[in-house]
Amino acid sequence: MRSMKRIFQLLTVIAILVIIPFGVNAQCKGFAKKICKVELSPYIHDGNYHAAILTIGEEAELYKTFYSETDYRISVCGTDDLPDIEFRIIDADRNVLYTNKSKNYSRIWDFRLEASQQLKILVKVPAGEGLPEDIMSGCVAIMFGFKEK
Amino acid sequence: MGKKIFRAIPVQLAALFLIAVLFSGCSSDKKKRAGENFGLDSTEISEDLLDDISQAKQIFYSLPSPLETAMLIKNAGATYNEELLNPISNASKYSTNRARALNLGIYTTDLSFASLFDQTQTSIDYMNAAKQMANGLGILDAIDNNTIERLEENINNRDVIMDIISETFMNSSSSLAETARPALASIVLVGGWIEGLYIATKLVGDAPIKDNKLVERIVDQKLSFDIVLKLLDDNKDNPDVAALINDINDLKKTYDKITITTSKITAVPDEGSNVTILKSQSQISITQDIFRELSEKVNVLRQNFIS
Repeated sequence: MRSMKRIFQLLTVIAILVIIPFGVNAQCKGFAKKICKVELSPYIHDGNYHAAILTIGEEAELYKTFYSETDYRISVCGTDDLPDIEFRIIDADRNVLYTNKSKNYSRIWDFRLEASQQLKILVKVPAGEGLPEDIMSGCVAIMFGFKEK
Repeated sequence: MGKKIFRAIPVQLAALFLIAVLFSGCSSDKKKRAGENFGLDSTEISEDLLDDISQAKQIFYSLPSPLETAMLIKNAGATYNEELLNPISNASKYSTNRARALNLGIYTTDLSFASLFDQTQTSIDYMNAAKQMANGLGILDAIDNNTIERLEENINNRDVIMDIISETFMNSSSSLAETARPALASIVLVGGWIEGLYIATKLVGDAPIKDNKLVERIVDQKLSFDIVLKLLDDNKDNPDVAALINDINDLKKTYDKITITTSKITAVPDEGSNVTILKSQSQISITQDIFRELSEKVNVLRQNFIS
């Protein structure tokens, strides 16, 4: 009987681990579409979708080539249960070109490059003062828009 | 500590939790529509686990989407040539997931290209071809009949058309991710990227490459090459992706002959427009022969993808 219980427990855990990511992905897509994408307007969303479940203190990075003479907007946003999301734009020499920390954690940044470059976007869920016992997780989405000439 | 938590869970409670999770999964769509709560539940975890999580950095590699690729070609002064698009009559012959994924990317780039040049009927035709590829991949919701109807109803509204194209591409890639098929999602992106290169190189043809904006855009793709390879490398266990890496590496050999030198970037914010200008200069070095070699390799690769 005890071994049956163990098997059932194991199956339960496996089922949860399999099912949760799909629900999470769907939640993230809904959030990205309804909240983050709206922030791109009047820029045209490029159609790419980048989202991850992040926990306080966790980071994600994204590599993308941006092209010269093109107007871009980046939108980085997190679900309401997360603190304001910090993001930095970093060049190939690791110079920080922009951080939203000094802009009151603005969710968007508009920019244009004189020469095409591959840049890194570093996204972080900042840890608040005093580590809470309940560690929050939430969806963070990174989206890009451009302007047609 | 994690293990202790699992041991302490009574069987009945675990079963109830499983049922709750199943039902919450079913209702997540309703929550999305209501737009009430996209957040996830808080979870008690140990500090050790938190440290592990903090170190586990997630990395994304972003290629230009079909819409961005088409926009870059148009903004470089390209003209519209429908003969360069993959004929929609080919759609019925793609029967493998590899072919469908590649041509979902290809048809989406063609659709974006046609739409940016206000080719209304062609846009509808190519949206249908993309739909056929998506259906074949089992992502029926990505492009449905409602999408086609919306496109037809708004065919003279460029903003709505762009929005429909970007949304269908987002739906396709996220649906593949949700069904645990990131390898196919990466193949879609590479298909769209190569189609952009194909259209651009064909439009340049034998024209002189000096001071040619379109050639500059083609050369710029060298900056995305390592992103292509990393994106594919993440999914190299998939045999289709492994074969694609092999094909792409041949093109890389030619791109390696091209040099791009870029000066230090200085960020200059414009308080008036709120747009930051990233000031820098770059120099490219490519010969007519290297460009011809590049065009030929792209042509072969694209022919392989659409046949």
